[in-house]
Amino acid sequence: MEFKDYYKVMGVARDATEAQIKQAYRKLARKYHPDVSKEKDAEARFKEVGEAYEVLKSAEKRAAYDQLGKGPRPGEDFRPPPDWNSGFEFSGAGPGGNADYSDFFESLFGGAGGGRRSRRDPHDARGEDHHAKVLLDLEATLQGGSRTLTLRIPEIDEQGRLVSKERVLNVQVPKGILPGQTIRLAGQGSSGGAQGAAGDLYIEVEFQPHPLYRVDGRDLYLDLPVAPWEAALGASVKTPTPSGTVDLKIPAGSRQGTKLRLKSRGIPASTAGDFYVVLQIALAPATDDKAKSAYVALSEAIPFNPRAALGV
Amino acid sequence: MRPMNEGSLSGEIYEEYAVLSVDDLSRLCAVDRTYIVELVEEGVLEAIEVRAPEWRFPGAALRRARTALRLQRDLEINLPGVALALELMEELERLRRELRMGRQ
Repeated sequence: MEFKDYYKVMGVARDATEAQIKQAYRKLARKYHPDVSKEKDAEARFKEVGEAYEVLKSAEKRAAYDQLGKGPRPGEDFRPPPDWNSGFEFSGAGPGGNADYSDFFESLFGGAGGGRRSRRDPHDARGEDHHAKVLLDLEATLQGGSRTLTLRIPEIDEQGRLVSKERVLNVQVPKGILPGQTIRLAGQGSSGGAQGAAGDLYIEVEFQPHPLYRVDGRDLYLDLPVAPWEAALGASVKTPTPSGTVDLKIPAGSRQGTKLRLKSRGIPASTAGDFYVVLQIALAPATDDKAKSAYVALSEAIPFNPRAALGV
Repeated sequence: MRPMNEGSLSGEIYEEYAVLSVDDLSRLCAVDRTYIVELVEEGVLEAIEVRAPEWRFPGAALRRARTALRLQRDLEINLPGVALALELMEELERLRRELRMGRQ
């Protein structure tokens, strides 16, 4: 097990005051809160910071932890001495609620047993609902279909400890689901008491960024590069869409950023979203003499000042 | 313990069919119903029809209520603060989307 340097996690000195620790925690919690943060590993960091604060905010736990700090260095293999916490009394229940703590934490301060999860009325209690979040590919909502999802489900084991289990589910993704929406799987939460119904599983969906398409509500956007002459003269160009490659007609006189709409080719629904193609004019390089003379001929043939609007 | 790999499961899109009462939300979020009423009074949640004898909420209210609850609990901010944070987060999300769309 790895020794965790909670001071480093919080970015505070070992002699930081209670107020400094609280301040550091508040700042980090806002930065990494999974609902707020766009950082990639926000959830893991948020948990880590929460765990560090759980220890450092309590005078007893902090004192006990400091005793250990004289031992192994961070990252080294760590095993708590058998009687390490004798003489310290931890006030308050163990870590509360829904956090799951590192092995390091649990070896020192025990699991997250007790708390509000211990109610397990034998009879007609309804099982708890579970909530999970998954990243889906865009194709899942465009075509619907089955996806294998791996969820981390917190469970209470026989010793009353909170452990996190992996659960693999095969889920039919409803066609047309949007980011932020939820698939509810009835009866797939915790089992209830003898007479009680099982809880439900709520799976909140987000999309992985797609290599070609951007999503705005039900509409999809594609940046389509076109050559200057295709934009100027009009052309029919091959264009990828979710339902396959199409020949798209570029109207003559199109400009950079021109939006072309393919109706109802976005995310499906009773009123399906649209598919927008945004033209991006790509410049052909003038690398050889032939290309250079073609550009020269163009500049002579067309009196064009792209900076006219700037008054120069 | 349930088997770790199961057959194919299917469910509908919750936001498209669910209509929730104050009691539903209070049970689903494991909070007292007065907390849900406070969220309504603060404007965090909006009933489908405010004048109805009993409030009904769209399915999307569940996610919003849970987010509000987490923000309040984890960051120790009060309800007006939560409401403000949610509004600013939505605004940020809208701006990010516009940026992605390359609006000119």
